[in-house]
Amino acid sequence: MKQVAATMAGTVIQVLVQAGDQVNDGQDVIVLESMKMEVPVQAQAAGKVVEVKVNIGDFVNDGDIIVELE
Amino acid sequence: MRKVLIANRGEIARRIIRTCKMKGVATVAVYSDADKDLPYVREADEAVHIGPPPVPHSYLNVEAIIAAAKSTNADAIHPGYGLLSENEAFARRVGEEGIVFIGPAPKVIGQMGDKLTARHIMQAAGVPVVPGCEAPVETPDEAAEMAATIGYPVMLKASAGGGGIGMQICRDEQEVRQAYQSAKGRAKAYFGNDAMYVEKYVERPHHIEVQIAADEHGEVIHLLERECSIQRRHQKVLEESPSPFLDQATREELCQAAVLAAKAVGYTGVGTVEFIVDKNKNFYFLEMNTRLQVEHPVTEEMTGLDLVAMQLEIAKGNPLGVAQEDVKALRHAIELRVYAEDPSTFLPSPGTIALYQPPVQEFVRIDDGVEAGTQVTPFYDPMIAKVIVSGATREEAVQRAKEAIEKFLITGIKTNIPFLQEVLADERFRAGEYTTWFVQERVSK
Repeated sequence: MKQVAATMAGTVIQVLVQAGDQVNDGQDVIVLESMKMEVPVQAQAAGKVVEVKVNIGDFVNDGDIIVELE
Repeated sequence: MRKVLIANRGEIARRIIRTCKMKGVATVAVYSDADKDLPYVREADEAVHIGPPPVPHSYLNVEAIIAAAKSTNADAIHPGYGLLSENEAFARRVGEEGIVFIGPAPKVIGQMGDKLTARHIMQAAGVPVVPGCEAPVETPDEAAEMAATIGYPVMLKASAGGGGIGMQICRDEQEVRQAYQSAKGRAKAYFGNDAMYVEKYVERPHHIEVQIAADEHGEVIHLLERECSIQRRHQKVLEESPSPFLDQATREELCQAAVLAAKAVGYTGVGTVEFIVDKNKNFYFLEMNTRLQVEHPVTEEMTGLDLVAMQLEIAKGNPLGVAQEDVKALRHAIELRVYAEDPSTFLPSPGTIALYQPPVQEFVRIDDGVEAGTQVTPFYDPMIAKVIVSGATREEAVQRAKEAIEKFLITGIKTNIPFLQEVLADERFRAGEYTTWFVQERVSK
């Protein structure tokens, strides 16, 4: 199982994928906002999304798992 | 003016409180739930809670801020920087409520906030502007046509933008066409105004700004320049003054252009005229910031003047009290901005500060807004402290900055202190030879 982790602490402002989607390496999966900055988080590998573990408005910490890939 | 409400937070609220105290002016702080334990809230004479953490509900909540000023009988509002400081409607509203707005007239804020209008005014006044278009470009075709006329590379900008937000470099027609729609969309979302324009992109430019001060009696002076070319993501990290790049003749011309710019808009208060300077020392008006600037302490440490004190006097209707010939670069000053962010990716790093120990050293000034135990929240700007050093020479100031930043101890969150150390140790920085490309050129090395 591959995972996508948050690259910084912040609030989830966009979820760009859902379970069942096929994502490519480097594709944006969610957008975080922190300290006036919007930062997209990319998948580090290609795969099928098994679960999106966050919702819009959730606060995540640096390193938290946000998406599980097959 | 007996009581000033500070419509801001963190380090700048604290810095304004310091001068007010010295001048015998009472202060009112406003704070969101996230900031209730910050030092500035304690240090103000009074503090009023204005709402939950997100800025639209607190620091941008005009009604809550006006209500706080009324309930505490504040007779003036200092907007600090960012937030409502360059909001024409807010400044007008404050005035309508019979409260003094510490800053220029609302109309001036509006004119300078619209970058195309600002370009027109400056051009008409004889201040050089970057070659570019006179009216907004309405379609990708118009943008591409304009870009071809100006010559690539160009900068695609939002008229309502500024401070590095809402602009994109385009090196060919394809890039202009690609960038146009998304940039327009972002401008609409961020600024509520999607007018776009195209300017010539100056390669390897210097970003140099001039501090000006103007009273209500028509007196306008400049307080020399600040070199602000060390930037990441178009935002400043280190500023110094005098600029190691300018020669005396260019400096004089640049400062005079800034005075001309301030006169052209009927400016009152302290303000900053930003210029882009190319490698041949040609300079062009970029924008005017109608407020106190983050890096104003550089000018204060260089000249020995207190800009907040000047703001208070000007707002009271008093004359400047400083003549142009009395403004001198007495020392070389450098400001380092300490950000709660990863030192290599520059991504925000909110969290709780465990240890906090700023350097205590002669000729080292710390303007900060946090302490041990402070929770640095994700709601606001990542800047937590500024280290301002000065020396008899640039060399002495750089050496002192190096010593000071090495001693600055912050644990619990990531900060850009290691990055600041690298900048100060960089040979090109030490030689004073750098442009706004400095940071990205270092990264790509």
